[in-house]
Amino acid sequence: MGTTRIKLPDSIKSGDLIEVKALIQHVMETGNRKDPEGKPIPRSIIHTFKVTFEGQPVFGADWGSGISANPFVAFHFKVPGPGTLEFTWIDDAGVTVVEKTPLLIS
Amino acid sequence: MAIPRKITVISRRTIVVSGAAASAFVAASGRWPVLAGDDSIRRRSPAFELAYRTLIGEAEPAEDGTVHLDLPEIPENGNTVPFKLWVDSPMTAEDSVKTLHLLSTGNPQPRVASFHFSPLSGEAAVSGRMRLARSQDVVALAERGDGKFVVAFRNVEVTIGGCGN
Repeated sequence: MGTTRIKLPDSIKSGDLIEVKALIQHVMETGNRKDPEGKPIPRSIIHTFKVTFEGQPVFGADWGSGISANPFVAFHFKVPGPGTLEFTWIDDAGVTVVEKTPLLIS
Repeated sequence: MAIPRKITVISRRTIVVSGAAASAFVAASGRWPVLAGDDSIRRRSPAFELAYRTLIGEAEPAEDGTVHLDLPEIPENGNTVPFKLWVDSPMTAEDSVKTLHLLSTGNPQPRVASFHFSPLSGEAAVSGRMRLARSQDVVALAERGDGKFVVAFRNVEVTIGGCGN
């Protein structure tokens, strides 16, 4: 798994309904393809994506092989106040990537 | 040696008649005629039927217009098709959406994704990018807080299929 990118609005106030965008680099290999020698290429995807805010669940996604490479997701979040969003991606190899983004409340 | 040449004369009448037939088809079906090999468009894979029934059981979910799927009608490339899904819901304790499933009727794996919402979601909406192996119906199935299912279907014509999904 590679680089992650999180995009939040520039200005956030308590009570706002904001859109959060998250992107991560990953091949999302489907498991249906074959290499040039005809051997099947094993599946390697991110199957779980989770977002929490100060320990409370915000959003989650279970992904299958029908999700494109470098999975992108945008979802909504009603900001209860200041705090930190925590993003977690888990792939088939068991690799876990965690990204923490503090909210800059104006 | 002279090359035999066959000349077909198309009469004005033939043109008028076939043109009218084609327009009638488009008007009746609401779509352009598709070429051979694309009878798959309305077909649902057995894998889809199984996944769909596993989620909803025997009951037929309502197609009540509260679930929305926004996808390009003719995506350029089946490997990355942008999608946007949302459900009309105030997302309160009484009326909320727990999960929104994105399903494919024509991919090798029918369950593309399941998105889980929470009281902090504020809105039951999500966007992303999916793979489509061929022309097919894409399905958004929402599971409401009261356990009821609502569904929406959207046909997508794929010219370059996403390989091996």
